[in-house]
Amino acid sequence: MALKGLDIFKLTPKTNCKQCGVPTCMAFSMKVAQGALPLEKCPFITDEVKDQLSEATAPPMKTIKIGDHSLGGETVLERHEKTFVSKTLYAMKVSTANDDAKNDELLGKVAKVDYDRIGERMYCEFVYVEAAEGENARFVDLVRKAAALDRDLILACSDVGLAKEALGVCGGKNVILMGADASNYEAMSAAATEAKAVLGVSGASLEELHDTVAALEKLGNKNLILNTTGANAKEAFRNTVEVRRGAIKGGDRTFGYPSLVDVASLCGGDAHKEAAYASLFTAKYGSIVVLTEMDYAKALPLYGLRQNIFTDPQKPMKVEPGIYPLNGADENSICMVTVDFALTYFIVSGEIERSGVPVNLLISDAGGYSVLTAWAAGKFSASSIAKFISEQNIEEKIKNRVLVLPGKVAVLKGEVQEKLPDWQVVVGTNEAVEIIRFLKEYQK
Amino acid sequence: MALAKTSQKFNSSISAFTIGTDDKTVTLGGENVLPFYTFDAPIENAPKIGAEISDLGMEKNVPGIRDYYAGAKDFSELAAKAAAIPGVDFVAFSLDAADPNGENRSVEECVEECRQVAAGTDLPLVIIGCKGTEKNEALFDKIADALSGRNVLLMSAKEENYKTIAASAGLAYNQKIGAESAVDINLAKQLNVVISQMGVKPQSIAMNVGVAAAGYGFEYVVSTMERVKMAALSQNDNMLQMPIVTPVASETWNVKEAIVSEEDIPEWGPQEERGIDMEIVTASACLASGSNAVILRHPASIAAISEMIRELV
Ligand code: B12
Ligand code: SF4
Repeated sequence: MALKGLDIFKLTPKTNCKQCGVPTCMAFSMKVAQGALPLEKCPFITDEVKDQLSEATAPPMKTIKIGDHSLGGETVLERHEKTFVSKTLYAMKVSTANDDAKNDELLGKVAKVDYDRIGERMYCEFVYVEAAEGENARFVDLVRKAAALDRDLILACSDVGLAKEALGVCGGKNVILMGADASNYEAMSAAATEAKAVLGVSGASLEELHDTVAALEKLGNKNLILNTTGANAKEAFRNTVEVRRGAIKGGDRTFGYPSLVDVASLCGGDAHKEAAYASLFTAKYGSIVVLTEMDYAKALPLYGLRQNIFTDPQKPMKVEPGIYPLNGADENSICMVTVDFALTYFIVSGEIERSGVPVNLLISDAGGYSVLTAWAAGKFSASSIAKFISEQNIEEKIKNRVLVLPGKVAVLKGEVQEKLPDWQVVVGTNEAVEIIRFLKEYQK
Repeated sequence: MALAKTSQKFNSSISAFTIGTDDKTVTLGGENVLPFYTFDAPIENAPKIGAEISDLGMEKNVPGIRDYYAGAKDFSELAAKAAAIPGVDFVAFSLDAADPNGENRSVEECVEECRQVAAGTDLPLVIIGCKGTEKNEALFDKIADALSGRNVLLMSAKEENYKTIAASAGLAYNQKIGAESAVDINLAKQLNVVISQMGVKPQSIAMNVGVAAAGYGFEYVVSTMERVKMAALSQNDNMLQMPIVTPVASETWNVKEAIVSEEDIPEWGPQEERGIDMEIVTASACLASGSNAVILRHPASIAAISEMIRELV
């Protein structure tokens, strides 16, 4: 939130001494607010005031670092205003409420999902270890087991003594200690600070959460994450929105921290509902979403959604036009043509690779659009394909004369054939996933 | 500093839009807050769910869908089964077989199919056209007539064919029109403007502003919907206040995650679960971004999304 000139004016001595080179304190304050002059130009501004002002000019939401991950740091509420900066991260939950066998099974599944999608590693970033009420006994043991995995940890425990013990077995891991509340924040904060852990804060209501955060800030701890999970889904959604909105729209820096939503606790073990709420909180302001299990069924759509929502428009989503020989293709291998949109290239090349059939994938210049978008925009047409083939000297580089079109532009077949009379133009499948079958049948 | 809440209750609202007849009506829209922001002001009409059936038959590779509809002898029984899924508010019938580049089923046959669907359920109906824009003109003209009095929503009026659809279905037969545009706020608005200029009341128009499966260009879907809602609510733009109806299933059940077999990629696990979660995740994100109704296929997806809606509103 921009700082207003009037707010700065209140902090000057209001003597209009002109030492800053500006006729009045008011004029000086306006210039500082616009960013035209640095505050230091006025010799009478004390360090204390500077601190106060830098507080006010600080970004609305803090960026919290945990190992290689960043959380928070957002400046807008909707992604079209300005790119979102820190993607939602996911956690799998183990709890002392489960029996050992169940926890072992879940821990065994943490590393199951781990793959690459358009250059981004997709995996479950955290293990969330919960000390269920009245079930403290096996907590430290469970933490020790979770710490053996190659994942960052979230320890959910409101007993300070137990938390300290558990922190002791984390072995240098990056940890979020989800443990502070109105009753214990002072001791919990000390424990987290000592262990260099990020402190998680909970509250029975938004008001209580707000008060506890304010008290922690007073103690000097600003390395915080707010637990916005409520007693039910409606409360959780409300809390998560109010915290983010309060910080960004309301300028309330006490709420300017990342949030954690324990979706698993809202769904009573229903995996489909967990998928629904994980999606909701990925779209709306969950910095960390806790699930019972991250399997491929959930991961594939969720990570795809996340990649879309947190995409950086500055990064080109395009690949270089040209010939991409796959599976050891040479001049005798068939050609398949598509567009230069990174997502399309990633999907199509992946499927061709899975088929094992040598193919020259031709990436034509289509403005970085998907097949149908480019076609509708006139950037992927019979003439653009023919032009591409001649400009890239493909007829000299490749002897094979089979050219496969994406099935979605089957309408282009006649025209492409006319423009490339020496080629055998074939309509491929609508979806890339059918390419394997298509190529296997085509080989026969 | 004590907690000071920020509210986003707007003076303008999304227009209320009703389909169906008698006591079996469904109303979309009417809210003056962002999706699920019941803490800013009450949301009178919760988002709705349509169950989609197709005249090409139902997914054969998805046991949960195939088995659920097994035994339906005609479209009327198919519609009855769709209507009986817990959580369903309306039935959406897709005329996929009418596609001139596909089966090219005749207009007469399609009209008969629609009659059967209408006979099978008294829930409100949404008819989704085929991929052929021209074919839809002829189709919707005859279907609007055949279903007159049922107050149905005819989706898929596009830039290329809205004139005939608005004139016949909208004006002559008094049905509701679904204006379909391609993930762009300006295109969405323009289409509403030209359809309104033909005399169709804004309250008779719903929008399909475009959709993609999660991971497939979905950022444009989110931004389009969010911008549409902001313009409708904060700028009182009455050419963007129409509720948004999003056909989710037809996108999600085609993508790799939903159709590749477990045999092909064993580590991905059961195909059906992947299809369901793709449908659920996409639908939930659409609702969070501004859809007033989503159209789904799998009974398990409908169960999860309807519970989420019930819990949040
Ligand atoms: C996101 C999007 C956009 C984004 C662009 C994003 C991008 N980089 O392309 C924006 C908002 C900019 C956009 C703009 C437009 N869009 Co657009 N857009 C979409 C949307 C929602 C998703 C596209 C996407 O990302 N698909 C994912 C990629 C991976 O798909 P793909 O490239 O087709 O690849 C798949 C297959 O084709 C296959 N494949 C690919 N290559 C090959 C090759 C071979 C050999 C084989 C066998 C298979 C194969 O594999 C892939 C996976 O299966 C679609 C609707 C939809 N749900 O698809 C509309 C859509 C494509 N857009 C459409 C239109 C009309 C437009 C505009 C013309 C609108 C306008 N009038 O301005 C503009 C054009 C741009 C311009 N004005 O310059 C229409 C096209 C209509 C049609 N049937 O022709 C669509 C279908 C929406 C609709 N239903 O109306 N769009
Ligand atoms: S130097 Fe400081 S006190 Fe003097 S006029 Fe400038 S702002 Fe005012």
